[in-house]
Amino acid sequence: MTSIRYPGAATSEGAQELSARGQMTAGELLRESGSVLRMSEAAAAEQADRAPGDQETMIINMGPQHPSTHGVLRLMLELEGETVLRSKPIVGYLHTGMEKTGEDLTYLQGPTNVTRMDYAAPLFNELVFSLATEALLQVEIPPRATWIRMLMTELNRIASHFLFLATNGLDLGAISMILYGWRERDLVLQFFEKTTGLRMNHNYIRPGGVAADLPDGWRDDVLRILDALPARLQEYDELMTGQPIWRARTQGVGVLTAEEAIALGATGPILRASGVPWDLRRDIPYLAYEEVDFNVVVGTYGDVFDRYAIRLNEIRESIGLVRQILDRIPRGDYRVQNKKVTPPPRARIDESMEALIHHFKIFTEGFKVPEGEVYVAVESPRGELGCYLVSDGSAKPYRMHIRGPSFVNLQTLPHMLRGGLIADAVAVISSVDPIMGEVDR
Amino acid sequence: MSADDQAVPEEQAVPQEEERRHGAPLTRQLGQVVLHPSREGYRDLVEQLRRDGYTFCLDVTAADYLTHPGRPGLPSTVTPERFEVVAILLSFEGKERLRIRVQVPDGDPVVASLFHLHPGTEAMEREVYDMYGIVFDGHPDLTRILMPEDWEGHPLRKDYAVGRIPVQFKGAPGDR
Amino acid sequence: MGFGKGLEGLQHNFLTGNLESVVKWARRNSMWPATFGLACCAIEMMATGASHYDLSRFGMEVFRASPRQADLMIVAGRVSQKMAPVLRQVYDQMMEPKWVISMGVCASTGGMFNNYALVQGVDQVVPVDVYAPGCPPNPQTLLHSILTLHELVRTGEIVSRRQGGGGAEVHVAQQPQGDQRVTVVRPPVHVGTPR
Ligand code: SF4
Repeated sequence: MTSIRYPGAATSEGAQELSARGQMTAGELLRESGSVLRMSEAAAAEQADRAPGDQETMIINMGPQHPSTHGVLRLMLELEGETVLRSKPIVGYLHTGMEKTGEDLTYLQGPTNVTRMDYAAPLFNELVFSLATEALLQVEIPPRATWIRMLMTELNRIASHFLFLATNGLDLGAISMILYGWRERDLVLQFFEKTTGLRMNHNYIRPGGVAADLPDGWRDDVLRILDALPARLQEYDELMTGQPIWRARTQGVGVLTAEEAIALGATGPILRASGVPWDLRRDIPYLAYEEVDFNVVVGTYGDVFDRYAIRLNEIRESIGLVRQILDRIPRGDYRVQNKKVTPPPRARIDESMEALIHHFKIFTEGFKVPEGEVYVAVESPRGELGCYLVSDGSAKPYRMHIRGPSFVNLQTLPHMLRGGLIADAVAVISSVDPIMGEVDR
Repeated sequence: MSADDQAVPEEQAVPQEEERRHGAPLTRQLGQVVLHPSREGYRDLVEQLRRDGYTFCLDVTAADYLTHPGRPGLPSTVTPERFEVVAILLSFEGKERLRIRVQVPDGDPVVASLFHLHPGTEAMEREVYDMYGIVFDGHPDLTRILMPEDWEGHPLRKDYAVGRIPVQFKGAPGDR
Repeated sequence: MGFGKGLEGLQHNFLTGNLESVVKWARRNSMWPATFGLACCAIEMMATGASHYDLSRFGMEVFRASPRQADLMIVAGRVSQKMAPVLRQVYDQMMEPKWVISMGVCASTGGMFNNYALVQGVDQVVPVDVYAPGCPPNPQTLLHSILTLHELVRTGEIVSRRQGGGGAEVHVAQQPQGDQRVTVVRPPVHVGTPR
């Protein structure tokens, strides 16, 4: 789509767009790549001058409504023939003002809000918000709640990575993969629907524990998922991993070295693909990840293929994790019995007036959280998902900020696309696996 | 990690009991380490910390303390201002995070950009600029990132209304 | 068979009907949606198109990337102030006749995000035929709204769909000049009410 000049359109993103070749400055070049390579400003200025004239290049727009941009990412690319010279992602088309809305909701309502950020992995958003709130409250949640959280988030990781496999396959021409990916994802979502009541945006993990205990027969449901997956993963391995076309399209494309990934702030599979073994679950453990056994999957070349392979194998690791969780999940309460935080059980509301008032107060006024500020992070399927929470002692957060891994990871795009082919751009975008809801919040 | 003593010049006398790192007051918030450099010393502090192993900048964000000036966890030697820029760094070797809080006054909301130290802060600083109107000195491309280009105001400031459309239902209470 | 008047020699079967219902039947049974996935709802829209729910049962599996080839725009997700002009432009690029489904509470009313950033209801930007409630509407809900729309197409009028300054009219009849903004007056439409 060409640039938006709809008559009467209220906005134009002029200054956010890629500037014309003639106006290109050293600063822009630095922004794109120079700075990662520690290029000096003088060298950048020289390069900007040496760039080809306006005649030979073409600026095209991809998005914001383009099927391979995973939502509403808009990418401006300057091409010379088929080679990408410059590129710039333009985001904000899904800006929902969630951080502002979050300041207006109580801590108990907070997960409803944040869960809609990374909608491919909603439980992680709830988890990080709840962990931050609990850190401020300084409450310990019961072990069963911890393990339920681990179970649910690992299953969510599986679903999210299947979503990646599906869209990545679609983008690269392995069309049947989208059908398979969605089929497996639906397996997990059906379990989620049974447990939480919704297929997405669950609002299941809440400050103080989880919303409800696992439903009857949950163990069989989970086992059914786990038994079905390994054989199917094997099929996808055969369908894609070893296939020459797939390899030709992904290997050596969109390479990011470890140094560049660190400088650009990339986390998650992108960082691990370039050979940095960093996984918060192992390195700064939260929940009960110290007590379980799993491997951190690391790549070597930092290309699109590595990122694909990492996610595929992380599904296998997560399956192993869920099996361990099934063995070790303790009995007990699924939420903390702290009168301040937890609403009274349903049965007591019918009997006691006090419980009814208490229940009403918790859901209308919320509970007060002691003054303080905290940063908590978890390893979401896309990288470090952090929550910075400031409390002023009232029942609503004073400031709620989510560090969305996709937002930061997206900055690696101009660097990876530079000098590559336009056809590879699709592969690279899809390998970053951005979820725009989290980018724009 | 040992704090080496090439302290950033500071006007105030250092109280004896206060802990410092690279000259910046250090506090602990719920077990998390927070540094409070001056606005001038901010960039140098990040640079020194990078040499100390904090090679990864996780996040740059801000908070507006307009309606809650007595904020949590500020040491007595630091003068509170309206805005606070918060940067979060990570050390791979130490496996720990570190938070930096810089006070930025309302009248002159300018702070040094970390872009040349951590290029990954590019988008985050643009977001802070967009949402709070804080200017990052030395940023190569400081434009709005989330809001449309011609948007007025900075939405996350506390004096910017949520923009809620009121419910027309007559029985609804005024506020929400 | 009992046909006279020169039809006896026909070698094949045939149907009779008036042209209008044949056209409506054809439109209804081969409606191509444009991809306009925005947020979480888009994931459910894709799930509806995938193997388990299988939109192709209704002749709708061909999601068109180009709005010029599409009949139906499913606005799946929240529409931000920044996206609204884009949405409107995509809508204008679609050929008549065209329909819009507003999927999810965000697209319909702004949903739980009543704030500065979101357009409080996509019907302020384009005319909407069917609203699908839910956050996200699960695939069954979307299927139901699509079937509702099919019914509207089958029973509705064949031409001059949008009387009284509906979105498309604004574009065709009174092209706004310069900075002048489009004011969309929308005829009231409710789910399941054939016009
Ligand atoms: S209605 Fe719900 S699921 Fe749909 S876009 Fe809005 S928040 Fe997401």
